[in-house]
Amino acid sequence: MSNDTLIKIERVEGRGCVVRGDDVDTDRIIPARFMKEVTFDTMGEHAFEDARLAAKGEHPLDQERFHGASILVVGQNFGCGSSREHAPQSLMRFGFNGFIGGSFAEIFFGNCTALGLPCVTLSDADLASVMDSIELDPTQSIEIDVRASKVRSRAGELEAGIPAGTRQMLLEGSWDATRVLLDAGDLIEQTAAALPYVDLPA
Amino acid sequence: MSDQAKSLFQKVWDAHTVRELPSGQTQLFIGTHLIHEVTSPQAFAMIRELGAPVRFPNRTFATVDHIIPTDDQSRPFSDELAEAMMTELERNCRDHGIQFFGPESGAQGIVHVIGPELGLTQPGMTIACGDSHTATHGAFGAIAFGIGTSQVRDLLASQSMAIAPLKVRRIEVTGALQPGVYAKDVILAIIRELGVNGGVGYAYEYAGPVFDAMTMEERMTVCNMSIEGGARCGYVNPDQTTVDYLQGRRFAPPSNVFAEKAAEWLALASDEGCHYDDVVTIDGSKVEPSVTWGIHPGHNLGVAEAIPGPAEVADDDRAGVEEALEYMDFAAGSKVAGIPIDVAFIGSCTNGRISDLREAAKVAKTGKVKDGVRALVVPGSMAVQKQAIEEGLPEVFTAAGFQWREPGCSMCLAMNPDKLQGREVCASSSNRNFKGRQGSPSGRTLLMSPAMVAAAAIAGEVVDVRFVSTED
Repeated sequence: MSNDTLIKIERVEGRGCVVRGDDVDTDRIIPARFMKEVTFDTMGEHAFEDARLAAKGEHPLDQERFHGASILVVGQNFGCGSSREHAPQSLMRFGFNGFIGGSFAEIFFGNCTALGLPCVTLSDADLASVMDSIELDPTQSIEIDVRASKVRSRAGELEAGIPAGTRQMLLEGSWDATRVLLDAGDLIEQTAAALPYVDLPA
Repeated sequence: MSDQAKSLFQKVWDAHTVRELPSGQTQLFIGTHLIHEVTSPQAFAMIRELGAPVRFPNRTFATVDHIIPTDDQSRPFSDELAEAMMTELERNCRDHGIQFFGPESGAQGIVHVIGPELGLTQPGMTIACGDSHTATHGAFGAIAFGIGTSQVRDLLASQSMAIAPLKVRRIEVTGALQPGVYAKDVILAIIRELGVNGGVGYAYEYAGPVFDAMTMEERMTVCNMSIEGGARCGYVNPDQTTVDYLQGRRFAPPSNVFAEKAAEWLALASDEGCHYDDVVTIDGSKVEPSVTWGIHPGHNLGVAEAIPGPAEVADDDRAGVEEALEYMDFAAGSKVAGIPIDVAFIGSCTNGRISDLREAAKVAKTGKVKDGVRALVVPGSMAVQKQAIEEGLPEVFTAAGFQWREPGCSMCLAMNPDKLQGREVCASSSNRNFKGRQGSPSGRTLLMSPAMVAAAAIAGEVVDVRFVSTED
């Protein structure tokens, strides 16, 4: 297992889709009845399913103008609730590979980073401008520049919040945690050997 | 060897640190990895793609809980996808030499119920599981995290995870609980006090006379809902109660070394004078039987209180309260007591243990489930079920009109056939009241203790369980 295939994420660019509202929880992003899918393959079809059914075609994820968007713009505390990764997986497989919001719930944020999906925050005022701008012109290109910590759009070049550690992981490719962890090699077994309750596997 | 005073969290964290990662996160060895059928299939598929084997199959333990039916468990399950998940788990455990506590083992149940029962959960361990309520195991003085499927993959491949260090908040609950007030009410009060985001970035250490007096099952109820307060994990320091619970359990240290291990466990407790990033004190004698009225667990109050209106809450909470009132269709200022219910659910990893069933049975003995109310009792595991049968509890419940079911997660999140229909209101002993949580996109959940659920089932509405006279 070698490290030379780490995937480095410098920037994400695409059209934007706006989902307004705060405290959007993971049961709303992907209703629990879809957690039973054995693989993540069809998870994308069910993103926001109940909200979309209720909105009868008017939900942002169904609107023609946002069709093909790859950057999702959201409010505060997006992704609160479950530790399950089905929520970011469903959004990723729906077609989103970057998120701009007011704030993200901690476990959701961690799960997105683990999938190589940048989540960056904007101030309330800047978020409002970006949302308005995208709704006004959904065809524009939105850019999340991870290296410069900026969001660029027709609303201007804005300062984006991203924790230093997360930014580094995306840039270095160390967001792919499995490869990084396996890199520890025998240190894993050494740690285990010092614990009173762990036997090394036969 | 350092003389510095340390919290239990610090001791366990340090002992399990493999190394610091360039990102500033810690590579933390996870001593006990619990898996279930929902979040493991994809992880096994991913390590297959990576070409990596399961590194510590002897520290990986599996059960089936989320999708298993609680009525007819014959195979194949009537739900094709549930059957597929079950088959995947069985195959993966067989292929990798992982011990599987399925129905044939006699030890199957909700993962956070069976871990402690089997003595797999022990003080000083790090424990992880692809499920939000893994913090339950913290009741034993373990550091236990809920993780996502990608981290399940990481654990299978490397028995470790990358995680940022946490701060520690000590929550001291003083005084003593009033009669009719339970561990469930304590954690609801803590979440109400500190908020659903209050614990972000923290491990919660639960302490004080109220916790000293609690049984292990009560401590598990509290630790279980740590995530609902935003905390990454929650724990109680091990003491003689912990030691006594574990003695003789299947995976506990054998009797010839038990005393020595018990002494090691007790020494793990937080040292006097250790550093905490924050300390909060809550008066346990003021906690009332609590009920959630809204769409997250922080929307809770004492059963005698009135539901707040948007004008009465802080600016930040206002929109959330408006949304909750609209969804739940409750009027601001109306009392929680008296809300009619359609369904009653006793069970879940929060409150599906034998002590929960005993408390609910005491109330169930006082009457019959109201006409039109559908009431389910789902034991948390086969062991709980067996114990309940020995004590005659199923008869108490069925005589009162409750359905007695097979073990599983059931209606907590309704991934199996136990679901709400339409706008039904459910009095539930589970841990989440999010919109659509219990299987109907427009269903409504009121969280409360198992005794309160039983009382509501009989009254047909939310009632104050302190006014129900039970023979003790």
